[in-house]
Amino acid sequence: MSAETAHHGDEHGHHDGASHGSLSGYVTGFVLSVILTAIPFWLVMARPVESALWTGIIIMAFAAVQIVVHMVYFLHMNTKSEGGWTILALIFTVTLVVITLTGSLWVMHHLNSNMMPMSVHDMRHAP
Amino acid sequence: MFSNLDFTNLDLQKLVFGRLSLADIPYHEPILLVTFAVVAMGGVVVLGAITYFRFWGPLWRDWVTSVDHKKIGIMYIILALVMLLRGFADAIMMITQKAIAFGPSEGYLPPHHYDQIFTAHGVIMIFFVAMPFVTGLMNYVVPLQIGARDVSFPFLNNFSFWMTVAGAVITMISLFVGEFSRATWLGYPPLSGADMSPGVGVDYWIWGLQIAGIGTLLSGINLVATIVKMRAPGMTMMKLPVFVWTSLCTNVLIVAAFPILTAVLVLLSLDRYVGTHFFTNDLGGNPMMYFNLIWIWGHPEVYILILPAFGIFSEVTSTYCGKRLFGYASMVYATVVITILSYLVWLHHFFTMGSGANVNSFFGITTMIISIPTGAKIFNWLFTMYRGRIRFELPMLWTVGFMVTFVIGGMTGVLLAVPPADFVLHNSLFLVAHFHNVIIGGVLFGMFAGVNYWFPKAFGFKLDPFWGKMSFWCWLVGFYLVFMPLYVLGLMGVTRRTQHFDDPTLQPWFIAAACGAVLILCGILSLLVQIVVSIRNREALRDTTGDPWGGRTLEWSTSSPPPDYNFAFTPVVHDLDAWYDMKSRGYARPLNGFRPIHMPKNTGTGAIIGGLSVVFGFAMIWYIWWLAALSFAAIFIVSIVHTFNYNRDFYIPADTVVRAENERTAVLAGRV
Repeated sequence: MSAETAHHGDEHGHHDGASHGSLSGYVTGFVLSVILTAIPFWLVMARPVESALWTGIIIMAFAAVQIVVHMVYFLHMNTKSEGGWTILALIFTVTLVVITLTGSLWVMHHLNSNMMPMSVHDMRHAP
Repeated sequence: MFSNLDFTNLDLQKLVFGRLSLADIPYHEPILLVTFAVVAMGGVVVLGAITYFRFWGPLWRDWVTSVDHKKIGIMYIILALVMLLRGFADAIMMITQKAIAFGPSEGYLPPHHYDQIFTAHGVIMIFFVAMPFVTGLMNYVVPLQIGARDVSFPFLNNFSFWMTVAGAVITMISLFVGEFSRATWLGYPPLSGADMSPGVGVDYWIWGLQIAGIGTLLSGINLVATIVKMRAPGMTMMKLPVFVWTSLCTNVLIVAAFPILTAVLVLLSLDRYVGTHFFTNDLGGNPMMYFNLIWIWGHPEVYILILPAFGIFSEVTSTYCGKRLFGYASMVYATVVITILSYLVWLHHFFTMGSGANVNSFFGITTMIISIPTGAKIFNWLFTMYRGRIRFELPMLWTVGFMVTFVIGGMTGVLLAVPPADFVLHNSLFLVAHFHNVIIGGVLFGMFAGVNYWFPKAFGFKLDPFWGKMSFWCWLVGFYLVFMPLYVLGLMGVTRRTQHFDDPTLQPWFIAAACGAVLILCGILSLLVQIVVSIRNREALRDTTGDPWGGRTLEWSTSSPPPDYNFAFTPVVHDLDAWYDMKSRGYARPLNGFRPIHMPKNTGTGAIIGGLSVVFGFAMIWYIWWLAALSFAAIFIVSIVHTFNYNRDFYIPADTVVRAENERTAVLAGRV
């Protein structure tokens, strides 16, 4: 790839302005992600929380934190890398993902409440 | 699925050919037979000509394997023009069928065939005409406008192009082997599911789009990286030409939206191939989820197509009015706002689905809001023209035609954004007229403006103005003659995709529309004549300056056509409209000090993987599993082998650069 960008007029290849990882950074990231993975496993196997719904929600929250850990420690993202382009791309992506997910849930929930029940079984349990 | 691998009941033909048999070749259909004869004769003539003129070598070395963004851009536009002919053939067949199929007359297209034609028309016009047109122009122009020598990933660019071609080839094969989808251009389930469409049609559609989609996504990534990383020194974001801004937003939309299409098509494929139920009501699936997801891709897609056209109109307006674009900053902000808002309106495509008042009014209002930045752009162009020294060259004609037409399309769009009105107009010809109004009047007019504007840059001579004007007026009048009757019919409640009518009072409107289609045919033929005539008269139309229109952006600072390396020295930018700024400060072309230029090397890998993808898609469509496995393995191996190819770059020697630049100096001096 450096060959493809080198006609940019740059001979060293290191011109991206991204921060690079250190050993301690990688170790911290690794330990954090192991902990963040182990807790959900424990939640499912030992079932300290009774409600399945809340177990699911807590696991999702850990997953979200896990994403942040990966981005910070493994992808070396911060507000300054690539002159701010990475953080801008991240904000845009998060916005779109949130719009897509919440929008779909909202739309499909509305449909579910407005449409006729699909079967006799559903009809009996309709609110 | 794997029943044919059951060795107790071995069926050799099925094992070798999947579900393909001689009966799938439609030789009993006279229309297709004639089409095949014409295509075959045309193909023989083209292949014969290539052989006669000994063009195979240059074709492979200079074009097929080329990683030069300019050549790839030109090839994209040739693909778009070829597919435009196919898509238009479908269109004129549909409208003539509608004009004659009244009462006792059944017309000449049976429903089975008619349904394939309207599906193919939609798919081809969007994916294989509009998209390659837009991508081709961006490919050609963006690196030149930002003062770069190529895109960020030149091989990826070549690969993207050949994947797009592969998708188009798969779609075209369906004409003569088997059949195409009858499930509309977006393939709504349950119609597109395995129960309702058991044949190969929907599978042709799925694999054509999936393979072309890879190309689109990769070229989107490529152009985003190019614009972000490869701008000439001094070209800050607010000094970018507007076309580059709109290209950036379009490619960001491509990168964000196309994965959704890919995912939806994968889910539909699973429904069809392995019997899952994502989109069928059995076992808890929901077809409405398909509508929801495909339009989360589909609405941004509309803006993917129109934003670059807005960019072209901005460049054209400021060039031919001899003025800086009015409200550059507001143009940029309007583009960015449209980019974001395009993700908030998708539900207006299915107001009638039954979401209820809250959801419908939210999406109705966001849809109306998106017309505000679009309206701001129209005013910016009008104010640029105001007190400008307007030259009505061809690109400017297309631009003015666009402004009038697009405003009408925009207003019917806002009308459709009102949910109660949409309940009346949904699925009617009013809707059909609306989206043709914005896609022809917006995207297509924009592409024609762009082709006429940048043709002298690409080939070194202008396009013939007389035939260009013929083409423009035929298209413009033809468009109104086709689609204004369709608006009327839509308001009368005539639904789209109808193959036969009973009410004879509707017939005059359809006959008028068919006459309009003939005018558009004249417009397309004039375009072809225009190209031929211009090539014949190229000496008279020659552009020796590199700046035939008095341009304002960097692409006009180099020669026409530009050398392989675009710019001998990377330009330094001080102002918006960089070339205009350079000219007004008395820029002198450097005449010495040229150095060797580092460039990427051509490679055939892209074309090879594209070809293998056609084989893979074909095998998947016809359940020829051994061939699918084989071609997939081949794609994998070719990709891995390509990563070991370290011989990717070379230097254009300094004396070659000196020779090219001296030639240009001589040409420029000859003019004075």
